[in-house]
Amino acid sequence: MNENLFASFIAPTILGLPAAVLIILLPPLLIPTSKYLINNRLITTQQWLIKLTSKQMMTMHNTKGRTWSLMLVSLIIFIATTNLLGLLPYSFTPTTQLSMNLAMAIPLWAGAVIMGFRSKIKNALAHFLPQGTPTPLIPMLVIIETISLLIQPMALAVRLTANITAGHLLMHLIGSATLAMSTINLPSTPIIFTILILLTILEIAVALIQAYVFTLLVSLYLHDNT
Amino acid sequence: MASVGECPAPVPVKDKKLLEVKLGELPSWILMRDFSPSGIFGAFQRGYYRYYNKYINVKKGSISGITMVLACYVLFSYSFSYKHLNTYHLAFLTSEHERLRKYH
Repeated sequence: MNENLFASFIAPTILGLPAAVLIILLPPLLIPTSKYLINNRLITTQQWLIKLTSKQMMTMHNTKGRTWSLMLVSLIIFIATTNLLGLLPYSFTPTTQLSMNLAMAIPLWAGAVIMGFRSKIKNALAHFLPQGTPTPLIPMLVIIETISLLIQPMALAVRLTANITAGHLLMHLIGSATLAMSTINLPSTPIIFTILILLTILEIAVALIQAYVFTLLVSLYLHDNT
Repeated sequence: MASVGECPAPVPVKDKKLLEVKLGELPSWILMRDFSPSGIFGAFQRGYYRYYNKYINVKKGSISGITMVLACYVLFSYSFSYKHLNTYHLAFLTSEHERLRKYH
């Protein structure tokens, strides 16, 4: 039962070679580029969506923060398309693998922190002590703030992994429960409804991307440009 | 006027398209194709643009342009996990896939 449940999360291999690389390379094929002003419908809708999200994301940064806009917009597009493609039956979602999310989270967080420490070192160090703390508490609070800073990349990666994996697992479980119920007790069709509702709620996996990039943004902003 | 099928000088086998190659020439045609990495990449690029220009890069492209790609992706992933869906675990835990296959 255990192996059956987690089988869809095994990285696919062709004769031992990771085919997960090919699946990660699929989303760029679905997002074409164009050198014209007026394009076909697919490119027009995609460009409209990208304009909407990038404007929303980048308004709160100053000039220096906006140099990261290409990185952040491509990040949100990649995670969004990967998560949505994972909702198709039998597909493999690379963001369920913790290794990939760590590989995304750690360099971005480290880049933001190092950038903050390089440019404004006093401001960056001042984050470790909130204003107005009573004097005896200061040593402990500095330790706590340091830990909370160092745990940020872990939290980013684990949050994404856990959410997507849990959603997929729930869908598997409820799907197999529905099939079992249909032979035992047919009038219990509300269970099928819970699948539908769960699937739509799972399309709030897209909101998870918002959460990912947004927390990343907030961290970048605070570290850099305060 | 010459009909469509005739041509005055014989075309070398390598340059023919697949549907114009005669059956006896098929092995030599396959061997003469360019299998270097840049050749394979060029083949993928040509295939991609052929699909793109036919279904997506048109004035009134419909949603079927992209749903065909997604359907192919689903079938491809299914073929990948086919072997695993057929493994037999325990008597009362046979996968639904196996049961459906047995009784159809």
